Amino acid sequence: MTHQRRSKDQIAALVAKDIPNGAYVNLGIGMPTMVANHLPAGLEIILHSENGILGMGPAPAQSEQDFDLINAGKQPVTLLPGGAFFHHADSFAMMRGGHLDICVLGAFQVSASGDLANWHTGEPGAIPAVGGAMDLAIGAKQTWVMMDLLTKQGVSKVVSQCTYPITGLGCVKRIYTDMATLDVTPQGLQWVDAVDGLSLPDLERLVGLPIAA
Amino acid sequence: MINKIAASVEEAVGPVADGATILVGGFGTAGIPNELLEGLMRVLQDGSARNLVVVNNNAGNGETGLAALLKTGRVRKVICSFPRQADSQIFDALYRSGQLELELVPQGNLAERIRAAGAGIGAFFSPTAYGTDLARNTDGSARETREINGRMHVLEHPIHADLALIKAERGDRWGNLTYRKAARNFGPVMAMAARRTVASVHEVVALGALDPESVVTPGIFVSQVVQVPRVQTQGGGFKA
Repeated sequence: MTHQRRSKDQIAALVAKDIPNGAYVNLGIGMPTMVANHLPAGLEIILHSENGILGMGPAPAQSEQDFDLINAGKQPVTLLPGGAFFHHADSFAMMRGGHLDICVLGAFQVSASGDLANWHTGEPGAIPAVGGAMDLAIGAKQTWVMMDLLTKQGVSKVVSQCTYPITGLGCVKRIYTDMATLDVTPQGLQWVDAVDGLSLPDLERLVGLPIAA
Repeated sequence: MINKIAASVEEAVGPVADGATILVGGFGTAGIPNELLEGLMRVLQDGSARNLVVVNNNAGNGETGLAALLKTGRVRKVICSFPRQADSQIFDALYRSGQLELELVPQGNLAERIRAAGAGIGAFFSPTAYGTDLARNTDGSARETREINGRMHVLEHPIHADLALIKAERGDRWGNLTYRKAARNFGPVMAMAARRTVASVHEVVALGALDPESVVTPGIFVSQVVQVPRVQTQGGGFKA
């Protein structure tokens, strides 16, 4: 079982490749933000930011930074021609109302039935903060997760039941990881692809769950 | 003649009662009405109001604005979606030492609960947070849930407020407002939800000068407008 894991950029590129032209997309804070760097040229993919932006563009040069124009991570961004600003209730109506095509989120754990845990470690003393994670998880037409398959300790983050606090139930459709991509279907996990040298039985052993071919 | 333009920030903010609920606009540092918060602190200094409930998306950045208000010790509770940030040290310390209560609300539910208050909605069912720890009341009991069109929802109540402090860009004496870029965020919904709404603007314009097609917050939602000097919004809330 020798294989090279995908870098974060490689995972981001795989996600970007699957986003169709014309899609309205929200990229969560952290690793998902990297997807923006890999969106294919020539396509029009409209990025949504929870704080009231559609048509969000890349980070500006330092001299052009405007902190009235920031992303969900509070970092300065730009607005593309055709972009729009709107208030927070409208912004979350775009999610909750099912208008957003895809959201890409990081995760601590995803269950075989698509439950997502990504907002809180649940550790005693940790200050909880949820932001838009719960609204995004259940709001977009499709919720995709981007994460490493295993924890630093080598334990699968794809699990039968989440042990971390839940963000949303049954909301994840697809899981992109550094070792494999999986679909979450009503029948359970399904193989999409994996890095060279990683077979389906290898993957099932790592995850500890059945995966349909 | 209607004239909602206040002569000073203190006059605009006005008296604040003990236990008042105050909506504060802003997301991170964008749209935070810092001048109004400073005015509020000066008003509070002269009075006895304590036990305030503050509603904002975050719980203060750095040492100024909302963070400084928390530091006065007059705030009993914060209702927000994302208190923990790279520079939320004042909130963190007060929360950890049990001096400040936190009601954590998913951001979309927060916006919609505020909007609902302004729109006269008694309560509403939201699919967000169903099956999570945030579908509970502050005493830990489970919130009412209902299946609607095959999907589970949680009952959410409006957040009514005594005072809203928001930051806008331009305003006129009827209280019509426009905003700047993503500093709009919670401003329009908060303006609707408070008994008294105070907006800071960088420019007061004559009636008719704002394009009626572009007015974002109609003056009916605004009680007072006060002009403050333009200060470039500083970054905050993230690790540089």
